[in-house]
Amino acid sequence: MTDTPIHRLGRFGSSWIVGLGRIANFAGGIVLAIVRPPWRVQRVVRAVYDAGVLSVALICGAGFAVGMVLGLQGYTTLVRFGAQESLGAVVGLVLIRELGPVVTGLLVIGRAGSATTAEIGAMVSTQQLDGLRMMSIDPMHFVVMPKALALAFVMPLLSSLFIVFGVFGGYVVGVELVGLDGGSYMASLENAVGFRDDVLQSLVKSAVFGALLGVIATYRGFTSPGNAMGVSRSTTSAVVTTSVWLLLADYVITAFWGV
Amino acid sequence: MKTSTAAVRDFVVGVFVLASLLAVAYLSASLGGLSYKGAGGFELVAIFDDIGGLSQRSPVKISGVKVGQVKAIQLDEDLRARVALDLDPSLELPIDSSASIRTAGLLGDQFVSLEPGAEDQLLGPGETFTYTESALSLDKLVGRLVHGDAFGDD
Repeated sequence: MTDTPIHRLGRFGSSWIVGLGRIANFAGGIVLAIVRPPWRVQRVVRAVYDAGVLSVALICGAGFAVGMVLGLQGYTTLVRFGAQESLGAVVGLVLIRELGPVVTGLLVIGRAGSATTAEIGAMVSTQQLDGLRMMSIDPMHFVVMPKALALAFVMPLLSSLFIVFGVFGGYVVGVELVGLDGGSYMASLENAVGFRDDVLQSLVKSAVFGALLGVIATYRGFTSPGNAMGVSRSTTSAVVTTSVWLLLADYVITAFWGV
Repeated sequence: MKTSTAAVRDFVVGVFVLASLLAVAYLSASLGGLSYKGAGGFELVAIFDDIGGLSQRSPVKISGVKVGQVKAIQLDEDLRARVALDLDPSLELPIDSSASIRTAGLLGDQFVSLEPGAEDQLLGPGETFTYTESALSLDKLVGRLVHGDAFGDD
């Protein structure tokens, strides 16, 4: 009798912990690959192009739409208390503290993270990584590191673009559509936002999200079983795992920031 | 070789990074107040019995015009609130100027309001205001009214 629910729970628990250890080990390998020469600048630039530049239109459009919605929702709520002059503060703080890093994170997971896992997974299944190893090129160094580094690097940048476009979207709704004073929108925004509490928190969040995505997306691709089904499973798993960890990390960072 | 795709990509990535860094700079400097806009650097000190809800980065105003911000708030050795103000260096405040804590509107944020005096001598950097007026708190006021000594001297 080794298949009682308790046994199964134990097996599940220990395999989960072993998995965490493997990911941590893998993350350490990426960090080592970053500091070890030769520096693959061209590979990193290419990965930044794939993950960052190609996401710009999506991020700007999404940011603008989210900002417009915040402007409209914020206005209809605030106007009940006669506080519609604080619309800028509401839109700005919500975007900078939460929606900027989180929505950007989720969008980049869907757009660039899934592509990364699928690409590395396909390379595994067509034995391209083994080919690299035969030429004594370390795939960690040549394939994994540039992609992970690029994901971690573009996340804060994309999040900032998202926030700026969101603030602009809120401005368009609040000032052009609803007819608030543009000066008081910007003034309440500038008064409410602080560097350490808000902007720095936002940048730290998106940097952490980017690092999480970089490690998990490449790990899932790298360890994907070499067949079509395996690649599709790894991709799904990368998207789901990273999304959940991102939201948990968001709460933890917010709580420890103490505001 | 004509302009290689790698070169084009390098350029586009450069533009992307530059634009995003501009966005970061805008968020930090313009919105985050991490700037030297309004050139601070002239520090004066005001001591209050009660600062109410005043906090760091609260604005300092003269006749409603912003001239600086609250730099630090500490307790001094007499257990009173010592508020350091970071002001525009071009300000010329007479030594009998006063500082008071006011509220913007009925429920708005609190700020320090400076009232220039009439003396010829000016306050130098790091000096302390002689006359200060503490925050007027609504609940104390109501308390006094309820206890019937609204015009008593505390």
